[in-house]
This record gives sequence, C-alpha cells and structure tokens, in this order.
Amino acid sequence: MYIESLVFVVFSVMLIGSALAMIVSRNTIYSALFLVACFVASSVLWLLLEAEFLALILIFVYVGAVMTLFLFVVMLLNMDIVSHEKGAFVRYLPVGIVLMLGMLALMMYVISPTHFAVLTSVQHPADYSNIKALGAVLYTQYAYPVEVTSVILLVAIIAAVSLAARHKGNRRSQNIDVQLAATKGDRLQVLKMPSEKFSGASDIGGPEQPARGE
Amino acid sequence: MPVPVSDLMLAAPQWFVLIMTCVTLLVSLWSGKKASPWTYGLSQVTLLGAVVITALMYDQPRTVAFYGNMIFDKISALLTIFVCVITAFVLLYSRDYLKQHKMAYTEYHVLTLFSALGMMVLVSSYSFISLYVGLELFTLPLYALIALRRDAAVFAEASMKYFVMGAMASGMLLYGLSMLYGATGTVDIPSIASAIVGLPQGQHLIIVFGLVFVLAGIAFKLGAVPFHMWVPDVYDGSPNTVTLMIATGPKIAAFGLVVRLLAEALPDVHVAWQHGLILIAVLSIVLGNIVAIVQTNIKRMLAYSSIAHMGYMLLGIIAGTASGYSASMFYTLIYAIMSLAAFGLVSMLSRDGVDIQRIEDLRGLNARNPWLAFMMLLVMFSMAGVPPLAGFMAKIAVLEAVISVGQVWLAVVALLFAIVGAYYYLRVVKVMYFDEPIKKTDIELPSMDMRVAMTINGLSVLILGMFPAVLMGLCRAAF
Repeated sequence: MYIESLVFVVFSVMLIGSALAMIVSRNTIYSALFLVACFVASSVLWLLLEAEFLALILIFVYVGAVMTLFLFVVMLLNMDIVSHEKGAFVRYLPVGIVLMLGMLALMMYVISPTHFAVLTSVQHPADYSNIKALGAVLYTQYAYPVEVTSVILLVAIIAAVSLAARHKGNRRSQNIDVQLAATKGDRLQVLKMPSEKFSGASDIGGPEQPARGE
Repeated sequence: MPVPVSDLMLAAPQWFVLIMTCVTLLVSLWSGKKASPWTYGLSQVTLLGAVVITALMYDQPRTVAFYGNMIFDKISALLTIFVCVITAFVLLYSRDYLKQHKMAYTEYHVLTLFSALGMMVLVSSYSFISLYVGLELFTLPLYALIALRRDAAVFAEASMKYFVMGAMASGMLLYGLSMLYGATGTVDIPSIASAIVGLPQGQHLIIVFGLVFVLAGIAFKLGAVPFHMWVPDVYDGSPNTVTLMIATGPKIAAFGLVVRLLAEALPDVHVAWQHGLILIAVLSIVLGNIVAIVQTNIKRMLAYSSIAHMGYMLLGIIAGTASGYSASMFYTLIYAIMSLAAFGLVSMLSRDGVDIQRIEDLRGLNARNPWLAFMMLLVMFSMAGVPPLAGFMAKIAVLEAVISVGQVWLAVVALLFAIVGAYYYLRVVKVMYFDEPIKKTDIELPSMDMRVAMTINGLSVLILGMFPAVLMGLCRAAF
C-alpha cells in the first residue's frame, strides 16, 4: 500500500508537471515529447488501477504510433518557429489563474469521494484477464458504439483526404495509363554526333601544353 | 451473447444509410467524372430509402436494442424522418452551387450523408456512449464540409473556429457526463434516471455539478447564449450550401440531444436544469433578436435569428411537461423547414460565382421573380410569427407550454422580443418588394426540380400553419 501511494504521487506529479511543460514550452518538439511523458505517466496510473491492457495500449498506440507520426509532421512542416505572439500566454495568465483557482476551489468542495460511493472497486484475482473481459463486451454489449466509432474513423479518412488532396500543386499522383502507353520514342532520343578523332593530348581540360612544331 | 437479429432490424435505417453511402462513394469514384449524376442520384435514393424504411417501422412499439445502446421510439422515428427529408432537400438545393463553385462534389455528398447518419444515431441513442459517438459522427463531417471550398481563406477560418468550439463543447459535455457516471455508476439513460431517484438528498450536488457542464455543452451545440459566438461567424464564413446544412439538420439533432439528456436521463433534477435553461433561453431570445436588427449581412442576420429561435425552442423544454416537449419538437421541426427555405433561397440565388451576402442583394426580388419573392415572404413572415403561418403556431405551442406551468413572465418576455424580431424579418420583405432592383433582368432557379422543391418548401410553411394538427399530433404521440 505504501509503495502504491508512492508510485501514485510520483507519477501524478510527473503527469501534471509534463502537462504544464507541454503547454508552456515554446518548442513544438519539446511539447510533443512532454506529451509523450504525459502518456507514460498516465499509463502507470492506469496500471495502478489494474487496467493493464489499456495502459499498454496507451503506450503502444499513442506513444508508439500517434506521437511518432506527430513528431514526423512537426519536423516535416518545420513548425518549430514559434509563430504565436509572444506574451499572449503571460497576458492572459492572471485571469486564467483566478478562474482556475475558483474552479479548483469549487471542484474540491463539490467532488468528494462520498459522491462516488456507488463505484466500489472490485478486487480481482491475479490471473484476471483484462483482454478477456474487454473482448467479451466489446463486440456484444458495445457492438453498436464500436461500429459507429469505426464509421467516425472512415469519415476522418474521407475528410482528411478530401481536404489534403484538393490542391493541384501538391498532389503527387501517378497517371498509370500514360505511363504504360509510353513508347520508346517518347523516352529515348538518338542524337547524331560527328565522330571526333583522338589527337594525342586533347586541347580541352589538359594541362598547359608547350607549343609544338616550331 | 451475440446481438439479436431483431436489434439489427431496428437499426435498419441506419445501416441502410451507411451501406448506401459507401456505395455512393465507390460508384462516384469509378464513374470517373468530377460531378457524376450517379453521386447525386444515389445520395437521394439513400435518404429517401431511409425515410421509407423508418416510415414503415413507425408503428412498432418502443423497443430498446443493442444492450441498451439504441432505442427505437416515436421520437427517434419522427426525428430520423425529418433529418433525412431535410438533408435530401439540402442536397437538391446545393447541387448547382457545388458545380458552379467547383466544390468537391462527391466528398460533399458523402460527408453530408455521414453527417445525417450521425444525427440518426444521436436521436436514437439510449446510452451516453452511443449519444457521444453519434454527436461526434454528425459534427466531424461538418468541420470538413466548411473547408471544402479552398478558394478563400474565410472558409478555413470558419472551419477552424467551428472545430475548436465544437471540440471544446464536446469536452465540456464529456466532463459533465463523466460526473454523472461517477455519481450513478452507469451510462445507460434509463438506469441513470432511476439511480438519481434512489440517491440521498445530499448527493444531488455532484449531479448538479455535472449538469452545469452538460448544459454548457448543449448550449454550444444549439448555438444559444452565452455559448453562441461561433454561430454568426461560422454561418457567415461557410459556403452558402454548407451554411444551409449547418442551419437545418443539426438543430433537429441537437433537439434530440436535449431530450435524451435532460428529459429522459435527468427528469428528477428538473428544477436544477430548469433554472439554467431559463437563463439560456431568455438571454438567447433577447440578444438574438436585438443584435439581428443591426446586421446588414443576410447570413449573419439569419444566424442571430437562429440564436433567438433556439431560445424559443427551449421554452417548451423548460416547461418540462409532455406537452412542452412536444411543443419544442414541433418548434424545432418548423424552424428547420423555415431555415431550409431561407438558406436554400440564399444559396440558390448565388450565381456566377458570386454569393449573396448582404440583405441589399435581395433588392427588388419581386420585380425579378415574383414567385421566389413570395416564397421568401412566407418564410420571413413565418419566422416573425405572423398568423396563419407555421412559425406562429409553433410560437403559440411553446408559449402555451410555459404558461401552463405558471411561468407567465417568460411568455411575456418571449412575446415582447418576438415583436422586436418582426422588424428585421419585415425589412427583408421591404427590400424585396419596395426597393428598386439594381438589375432588371429576370432571375430563375437553375432547374425545374429546384423550383418544385422550393415551392413545396415555401408552401409547407403556409400549409403547416393552417393545418398544424397532423404534425402536432405526431409530436404529441412521441411523448
């Protein structure tokens, strides 16, 4: 129990710290890396809640795939030039802090553990499988939302393609018909060149020759 | 425990739309043309098919399916039919605009269909999870639709604004829903309602806390004050046909969201959300009607008018009675029809690459096309609430609902500002009928089916106003 609380505190602080650093950091790549740290910290917190499968998926999918793609995009688009106005963050900081403290006080007053008494945690045996439990409900009980979510992903693909591939200029597409219809005549050009005779040391490119045939 | 076949049958309109949308996408891809008639034809078949299927299922009893994730009842059936019919009209009205402005034809149709599918999922959801995924499915295509026209930066700006605001609203809604889940331990709408009844009195604080965020999310989606700032900017910054899409179907879907969340999940904290909604409704009615007066841009004017109309719609919800909910439903459906006609006319009259922007652009419409001017006159009078048009009957119904629960002052405020609102609707009529046109040439809608559809749409405002009993009866039967 003591170790568990220690782990919880350490990773909670890490989560909050890296989340703050992500917002504050001016370098986009640092921000992305801080976000990775956020994901790692929260996945440890999920492990503490015995949600092992979700914790690993968070690392695999978000840290491994999504954030890598994100870093690619950031580096390819060369976005590390900070374009947003300097001082915008500082200018809104006082208002933000007042609002945040107000909200925090309100939430600490309202959200107390007694309100969530309905959710009692169940102790599972050591060989309890998260994947089995998830798999049993995902395509039965939650089949409908899962299907709708897959439609959302389809929409995201269509939307992204239709927004990105509209410009004529930046589209690199193959025209296969034209490529196949290409003949030798289109690609190959035979030039007639007068043959040249090699006359000893050439007069081009060679070192300065002494004058001959005096 | 597999999903029973009977459940699949209940979701028939939804998977019909899903499959047909994919077919539309593939057929359009292989037809090879930029604007294939197949795209348009198949899209209309999709929507009309869904209408027919839902209409055939209409008399089935209220059934919960997919382990409590989906419900088929009269509310979902009626809202689904209206979403599909209105989306069909939207596609018809926008066909020529898309060709003229070289917007991505296939993508527009497919994304619109997916958005309609999302609305259908949302109105028939019966748990927070399916409600939320339905919400995301219907809003996600809208963000992309706005940015489909790439010839000016305003569209990207509007899209970005809508996206950021929509994401924030979703976040707030989710946070509120998570509080409700924490307090009740379930995400199913009927279980939440019964869990709240069983809670001891002191535990209601957390429900109210979650409710505040839920109300903020709902107000964002409806475009009601104080979360309305995106409405004029997005309406104004979108291509006219996309404005037409945003201003019609989503209002019906948002009504479904309100009913499922407030009326069905949280009926026992009615007093708590009533106060919030009164504030939102009164502010919307006052601000929407007053700010609309000074607008010179017709889309911005109609945007502020939509804010005011959402305020009126909420009056019936505030009453919290079955007749109040059905009055709100009637109001939403009538508003969707009116706004379809108004924005449809604005987008169909935009031609030669020029969009109608200012109210002045409608000058002397009567001299150039008396019939269209008459249709616009009907719609404007109806929005203002002039008898015997549909908008009048809708206003009567919601006012009657709030008066019947003793909130007479609300009805008085609503009525006073309806009179204020009449000014800017009448100004459009004045511009159309009494101002000299700049060009004398006749204008006509591009094709016959558009003229017929516009006529049906305009006259329906008149007919539903004179004979509201059928639609009113359907709305009554739903609750």
